[in-house]
Order: sequence, then C-alpha cells, then structure tokens
Amino acid sequence: MATLEIRDLHVTVEADNATKEILKGVDLTVKQGETHAIMGPNGSGKSTLAYSLAGHPKYTVTGGTVTLDGEDVLEMSVDERARAGLFLAMQYPVEIPGVSVSNFLRTSATAIRGEAPKLRTWVKEVKETMAGLQMDPAFAERNVNEGFSGGEKKRHEILQLELLKPKIAVLDETDSGLDVDALKTVSEGVNRVRESGEVGTLLITHYTRILKYIKPDFVHVFANGRIAASGGAELADQLENEGYEAYTKGGPVSGGNSGGAAA
Amino acid sequence: MAEAQNTPAGSTTAGSIAVAAESTVATRMSAPPSFDVADFPVPHGREEEWRFTPLERLRGLHDGTAVANGGGVKVAIEAPEGVTVETVGRDDSRLGKAGTPVDRVAAQAYSSFEQASVVTVAKEAVLTEPIRIAVHGEGGVAYGHQLIELGAFAEAVVVIDHTGDAVLAANVDYVLGDGAKLTVVSVQDWDDTAVHVGQHNALIGRDASFKSIVVTLGGDLVRLHPRVAYAATGGEAELFGLYFTDKGQHQEHRLLVDHNTPHCKSNAVYKGALQGDGAHAVWIGDVLIQAAAEGTDTYEMNRNLVLTDGARVDSVPNLEIETGEIVGAGHASATGRFDDEQLFYLQSRGIPAEEARRLVVRGFFAELVQQIGLPDLEARLIEKIETELKASV
Repeated sequence: MATLEIRDLHVTVEADNATKEILKGVDLTVKQGETHAIMGPNGSGKSTLAYSLAGHPKYTVTGGTVTLDGEDVLEMSVDERARAGLFLAMQYPVEIPGVSVSNFLRTSATAIRGEAPKLRTWVKEVKETMAGLQMDPAFAERNVNEGFSGGEKKRHEILQLELLKPKIAVLDETDSGLDVDALKTVSEGVNRVRESGEVGTLLITHYTRILKYIKPDFVHVFANGRIAASGGAELADQLENEGYEAYTKGGPVSGGNSGGAAA
Repeated sequence: MAEAQNTPAGSTTAGSIAVAAESTVATRMSAPPSFDVADFPVPHGREEEWRFTPLERLRGLHDGTAVANGGGVKVAIEAPEGVTVETVGRDDSRLGKAGTPVDRVAAQAYSSFEQASVVTVAKEAVLTEPIRIAVHGEGGVAYGHQLIELGAFAEAVVVIDHTGDAVLAANVDYVLGDGAKLTVVSVQDWDDTAVHVGQHNALIGRDASFKSIVVTLGGDLVRLHPRVAYAATGGEAELFGLYFTDKGQHQEHRLLVDHNTPHCKSNAVYKGALQGDGAHAVWIGDVLIQAAAEGTDTYEMNRNLVLTDGARVDSVPNLEIETGEIVGAGHASATGRFDDEQLFYLQSRGIPAEEARRLVVRGFFAELVQQIGLPDLEARLIEKIETELKASV
C-alpha cells in the first residue's frame, strides 16, 4: 500500500531579496485509500506544501524528509516524482501554446505508464472520461489551458487525475472559482478516482464547501506553516462555525480534535 | 503563486495601423527603389530599414567591399518535364519585372550578378513533381538572380534549398500568369557562418495564387524581403514563415504586401522560436492597401516563442490603409516565452524536460510545417529543428 510520509518539512522561498520560511515543520502521513483535507487561512502555507511536494523550483527545502513508499521524493526531479505516482492538480494551471490537449494527455500518459497507450482504447478512455466531466469533445483539440475558463481549467486538471491514476493526488484549491454545478461535476471526478481505493488524496482548501461532495477521512488545520490541529470530518464543521481565528493567533487549540500530527 | 503566461521576454512588439494620405511604407525607406546600387547611399545603420541589422556582419555586402570571387555558390536545378531551365546573361529582358530592389544590398545583387537562372513553366502545365533548386555555398562571395515564371493556368511547386557556407546577395522573381498556382519553399539551412541577403518579388496575375513558405534555420545573418504585388484583380497570396534562431544568429524577415489592385487577398503567418545568447529575430510586416484596392482582404500575424534568456525579438506589423472599401484588414503580433512555469507543468505530468521543450516547439511550428506538403522535406526540417533544440539546451 502506497504511503506518503512527510516529516518535519521546512521550506523557504526567496521574495524581495529575502529568504522567508513558509513551512515550519510539517508532519503528515497519507496512505492509499485515505482522503485528507488540509484547511487553513490564506498565507498559511497550504499551497507551498502542495508545490513543494511536486518539486516546484521556486521552493527550497531546508529540512525534513518526504518519502513515497520509502523512496526519497526530495531527491527526484519534477517528472520523476510524477512517474513515481505523485500528482498535483494546480490552482493556476499554465497555458502551453501550440500543444493540444489530446497531444499533451497522450504524451503524459505515455510517460507515466512507461509505454504509449494503445490508440483505440486510449481514444475511448479519453472520450468517456471527458464525458463524465461534462467536457465537449472539441476541447481535446484546443491548446493546453489556452483561453480556458476557470471551470474548464479545473475540469482539465481532474481529467488528468482520472487518466493518470496516481498513487497520491494533491488537489490545490480545486474548488476555488467554481460554481456549484461545476463543483459537483469536478467532485464526482475526484470521487470516481477515490472509489478505486488506490489513491491517497490530499485536498487543500480554504472553504468547507467542497467537503460536502468529497468526504474526508481526516481534516487538518494548517496555520503558520505547520499543521496546527488534526481531527475527523467534524473538525471541518467546527471550522465552518468558528473560523480559523483560534489557530492563527497561535493560541491553544480548542477541543474537537482527536490529536494526531499537530507539531 | 502567480499565474505566469505569455510574458514578453527580451522582446519589443510595436504595431501601427495608419490611415495615410501618402505612403509611409515608401517614405520610411531612405531611397526610392532602384536597380542601380549607386542610387543607394551606403547605410550607416540608423536608417529605418537597417536599424535592426548588424551591418558589420554583412561582410561588405552593403558597402561595395564584398567582391564576387567565383567560388561563391553552386546552383543545381532539377526540373520535371514541361519546365524550361536556362542560364541567361544580365541583358535578358525577362529579368527584373516582378519588383525593383528596395535597399542597397538588393540593388548590389542586381548590379553585380553575371548570370541568372530562369525557370519557366509552360502555359497550362500542371507539374506533379516539385522543381528543386539547390544553392550550395562553397565558402566565397556571390551575387545571384533567379526568375521563376509560370504561364497562365500553370501549377508548380518549387523548393529553393540553401546549404553550406557563403556570403550571398541574391534576388528571386516570381511571375505568375493568369490563374497560375505557385508554391515556393525557400529553405535557409545554411552553416552557422553564412550570410544571406535577398529580396523575393512575387507578381501575381489575374486570379492567380501564390503561396510562399520561408524556412530559416541557419546562417550567421539572414535577411530576406519577401514582397508581393498584384498584376491584376483576384490574386491571392499566402506568406508563411518559420524561423529557429539560435545563439548568436540574426534572422530578419521583412515582408511587404502591396495591395495595389482591387479584390485581392493576402494572409501572412510567420512564427519563430529563439534560444541562446544573442539570438535575434526581426519580423517586419508591411501591408499597404492603396486607394484603388477596394475589396482587399488581408491579415498578417507574427508569433514568437522565446525558449531561453538572452534572446531578442523585434516584431513590427504595419498596416496602411488608403481606402475604407475593403473586406477585411488585420494584424497580430505576440511574443511569449516558454518559461519555468510551463516546464514545471509538463514535468509535473511525468514528461521529461527535453521532451517537454520538443513538444512545445513541435506544436508551435506544426501548422506551418504542414503547409509545405512535401513529406521528405517536412521530415528533414523537423529533424533539423529538434537537433538544434537539443544542441543548446
């Protein structure tokens, strides 16, 4: 069973000629089949965690370890991490001029699977997955993310998630900017992947809204660059009612959590 | 994390749509067109038409010091039946009809060539095989002139393939009879030491179609002037271009479409990728719609993809309209960079860095390469681009 283990992860970023520590000792274990929600206010470092796991060059790991099934993830290049089974659904996917969605998906699937998927079954697989996400087939001929609406970008990210079938999926604010219908469609896509039982999901979000559609097994509150509290789904309800204030002030954590990974 | 897309990189893009009483395209030149080199002053580099060009790298083509030494280029022409190939002297009356040199180097070429190649496709001949003109540089200085003339309703594909090393100034005239269809692929696959300057003049007959694909990959300095004018109504011109500008290379394409006649069409699409320190691409797209040219339909576009730091693009579309009675006129220019965010996105989907670059560049050029329609040439050019891509990444 695939396991992602994050231990005492420290990450810095260069901003305005100064080095700033964003992650200050993150501990988290995500196992295949589990869904973890990471919730926190803006600027708490949630997205930094997501991009650091994927290996974005902007972030420097200054301490701690990340392993996937015992393999050192931090030693791997960005593409090696993806091929090892890590997937990041991005909040702001970038445009790739001149590369069509269909060409991109096939190149990516070939890299991840280690061989080119058979054309006939592949075309069918893509079509069906797109239909499940209510995407127009013509979408496949557009350039990657070029001129996509916010909702189209998110569907395209989840389309990749479904096709690439990672061991660990990190969804960075996939719910942001989506209307309720789009949120439902996208969540159904995520749930189809979860139902396989073969993916560990790390759902990063600011709002509890998406948790109505994607039920987490664990909820973690992220504040000041680390996990400040962990609990079950009920912790999300508490956050919905009380907000993040209790955590951002660095004060003691109020009840309702079952302990866990808090540093 | 900030959204980074299509941020300009070391580039300038300027554009203008002028509604002018007199032609600014003409007045921007430092001298009126002429066949005689003596009518052009030696450029100093600040003239509008020379300001992007490093004169010192022209190896004397611009100031009269480059003297032809007989070992310049070898021209070999392969033509199917129905085509007449001749080598003629300077006094042949067919030469120079498609256009007049607009700058000193073009005039130098016209004043200096000793023999010209004339390729004639007979009236109504429809060729099934391309005409192949191989221009191979032998390391010396050369001046040349070529004329490709299609009779009425003739159809032909011509490939002009430049390889090797040379300092070459040469003009090409394309004369299309009524209803003729000509596709020309001009490939600049020079060694990295070559210098090539030339003016390509197309004169398009009534209801004739001209399609030009200019592919510039090599050379230390390449500066081409593809120009189009219409001899009668109903003509169509498609001008496609593709350049891959490497470290230290200067590649300049200066287009002019002169809509001097009613009811003609033109469409220009040039795309370039650049990589490496000192790579410099220049694209000038001048479209002139004269007062008489009612019913004109024209569009021009230039796209640049900057792959690394240190490369520079100057892209200047100009559209000058002297009549409002037209079907359409537009232009677009954009310079984007293949940046770390794009690379990260593709890599995060398991695609190795080198393949990610290849994917992007291949996709970027695909629509232009497909215009060539000759599988062997298309394959060679794609391979060449991918080799260059690997070389300096």
